[in-house]
Amino acid sequence: MNIHEYQAKELLRSYGMPVPRGIVVQSPNEARDAAKSLGGSLFVIKAQIHAGGRGAGHFVGEPACSGVRLVRTADEAKAAAYEMLDRILVTRQTGPHGRVARKLYVEAGCAIDRELYFSMLIDRAERCIVIIASEAGGMSIEDVAEKMPEKIRKVAIDPLLGLADHQSRELATRLGLHGPQIHQFAEIVRSAWTAFTTLDASMIETNPLVVLKDGSLMALDAKMAFDDNGLFRHKNIQELRDPNEEDPREQEAARFGLSYVGLDGTIGCMVNGAGLAMATMDIIHEEGESPANFLDVGGGASKEKVSAAFRILLGDPRIEGVLVNIFGGIMRCDIIADAVISSCREVGLKVPLVVRLAGTRVEEGMTLIRNSGLDVIVATDLGDAARKIVAAVRARRIA
Amino acid sequence: MSILVDHDTRVLVQGFTGAQGTFHSRESLAYGTKIVGGVTPGRGGQTHLDLPVFDTVEQAQKELKADATVIFVPPPGAADAILEAIANEIRLIVCITEGIPVQDMVRVRAELARSQSLLIGPNCPGVITPDACKIGIMPGPIHRRGHVGIVSRSGTLTYEAVAQTTALGMGQSTSIGIGGDPIKGLDFTDVIEMFLADPETESMIMIGEIGGTSENDAAYLLQNSRVKKPVVALVAGITAPPGRRMGHAGAVVSGGNDSAKAKIEVLRGAGIHIAPTPAELGTTLQKVLRG
Repeated sequence: MNIHEYQAKELLRSYGMPVPRGIVVQSPNEARDAAKSLGGSLFVIKAQIHAGGRGAGHFVGEPACSGVRLVRTADEAKAAAYEMLDRILVTRQTGPHGRVARKLYVEAGCAIDRELYFSMLIDRAERCIVIIASEAGGMSIEDVAEKMPEKIRKVAIDPLLGLADHQSRELATRLGLHGPQIHQFAEIVRSAWTAFTTLDASMIETNPLVVLKDGSLMALDAKMAFDDNGLFRHKNIQELRDPNEEDPREQEAARFGLSYVGLDGTIGCMVNGAGLAMATMDIIHEEGESPANFLDVGGGASKEKVSAAFRILLGDPRIEGVLVNIFGGIMRCDIIADAVISSCREVGLKVPLVVRLAGTRVEEGMTLIRNSGLDVIVATDLGDAARKIVAAVRARRIA
Repeated sequence: MSILVDHDTRVLVQGFTGAQGTFHSRESLAYGTKIVGGVTPGRGGQTHLDLPVFDTVEQAQKELKADATVIFVPPPGAADAILEAIANEIRLIVCITEGIPVQDMVRVRAELARSQSLLIGPNCPGVITPDACKIGIMPGPIHRRGHVGIVSRSGTLTYEAVAQTTALGMGQSTSIGIGGDPIKGLDFTDVIEMFLADPETESMIMIGEIGGTSENDAAYLLQNSRVKKPVVALVAGITAPPGRRMGHAGAVVSGGNDSAKAKIEVLRGAGIHIAPTPAELGTTLQKVLRG
């Protein structure tokens, strides 16, 4: 799960990370008032969307207007907010559809001397939490990795020992920090580590982490992501979820404990198991059509869950056909068949449906489907199922 | 022969009396697995499925001397259940639980490295040697004892490979689902090394997916192994969009070399046969074996 920059900064501030003073706003007048209350003669106004690359991005129809603006006065802050709020921001991470900037974060500007990069994440190859840091801050870390890999420093944290401050001090010297900055950097790493481990984070990124003209360090930007599996122990983090940033179909699926990812194709898929669900998408693609979604109903899905899955699939206006592919292990095929039949009757089946069942209680499931009187195409295996749904969708297009 | 489990494997069940533990223990017992008892803290002294229940693994091990344990404990307590099994030196730990926080698994991995225990999973269907021992949640009847070793990150795709090799009369030596989490126990290379050393295993099917680079490690191992056995591989998720988690916590394309296409290239480069579709795992292997 991702959160907004302003939420990440508030969280990290509470763990001792130095971040600029800022106020989140939802109207131009609030932006003006925020600038007034922050005081000073330089403000940064940042669009709050769940995607990076905002400074280099632009609003749709306003190629000169990026997602991060520098202004000098409260009135300029209001004018900038007017140009940004509720408009669509496109960045290299949003894709061409962009994201609507529903909130802005107004911050006090500061005098920057140097920009560094600092992040903490779980490295699956090292099987531990690692710190990534670089003296090349303020640019995309992917670009740094490609163009100047020698400038990326990685430090692994021993899972049983935890963070040792000497690791942070050593990293600080390699980044060219000196004097009191060494200790301040170590404190920043410590605060990030405490937040990371306390909150089941999966990523904390500050890009840039800056050295100010007065020599002190500050996290100018902050991004945090959380391990979905860890959310059950953090109600406060769950409350930071922004439904506007998520696909409504995915939210509906999540309510029923279904794993769903919306895609751009036209064949809806309902499958049990993540691997089989991906493989089903792949084989549809191999047959020359595109999947409309990834949908894993899980191992022990109930009738309610399967019905919900079916409603979500058939509720998608782009759907031209549905492929149900179940290999019952824990999942019983007769339960799936029963749920599919009742969902079809409830929602009204207007597109071709291919059902392939295998595994536990397959005979009972197939008998239910055959006796249902519904216009269901039965498939014997995965390859057969993919060919049949593709043929049915194409036949319908010609008709 | 087979790997990891056979007729004599004595199996303990952690989370024995819960709904999942009960259902799958019953299924495994019916399959012929030697389940010797279970652990549910607070229910020690009771019997369940005519088997003894203990409060702790320590107590259970004093009496049962199990070789393996299977964990059905829900996510909040699952990592601790693995640590308990490690602390009591159980040789093989199979964790079925899906949804364990990844930082919990970071600690478990570190502890595992200091022990002699082997972990399968979490978030996996388990391990089965057909007609001998089934530890996990896979449907028993689709299996048939034979000579194909199967290793997979996906549960239901493992069943596909099993059903296809059974239908073609090849059967399985042992089939292992290593699980869909980013940080887990045995990985492809560990299992493939065991299959290469196992005389009963004559060929292998390996099913990978997007995310991580363990398929690439497996390709390197197979390319450089002195023992050669035919391997057919599949990598699921060719059509998965980058940056999106596809069900499994570990199934997300985050860089360049962890996409399905990149892995397929690496595997092909190492001389591994790629099944054109998930429906052709068995037939592809059959063609390879017939030369």
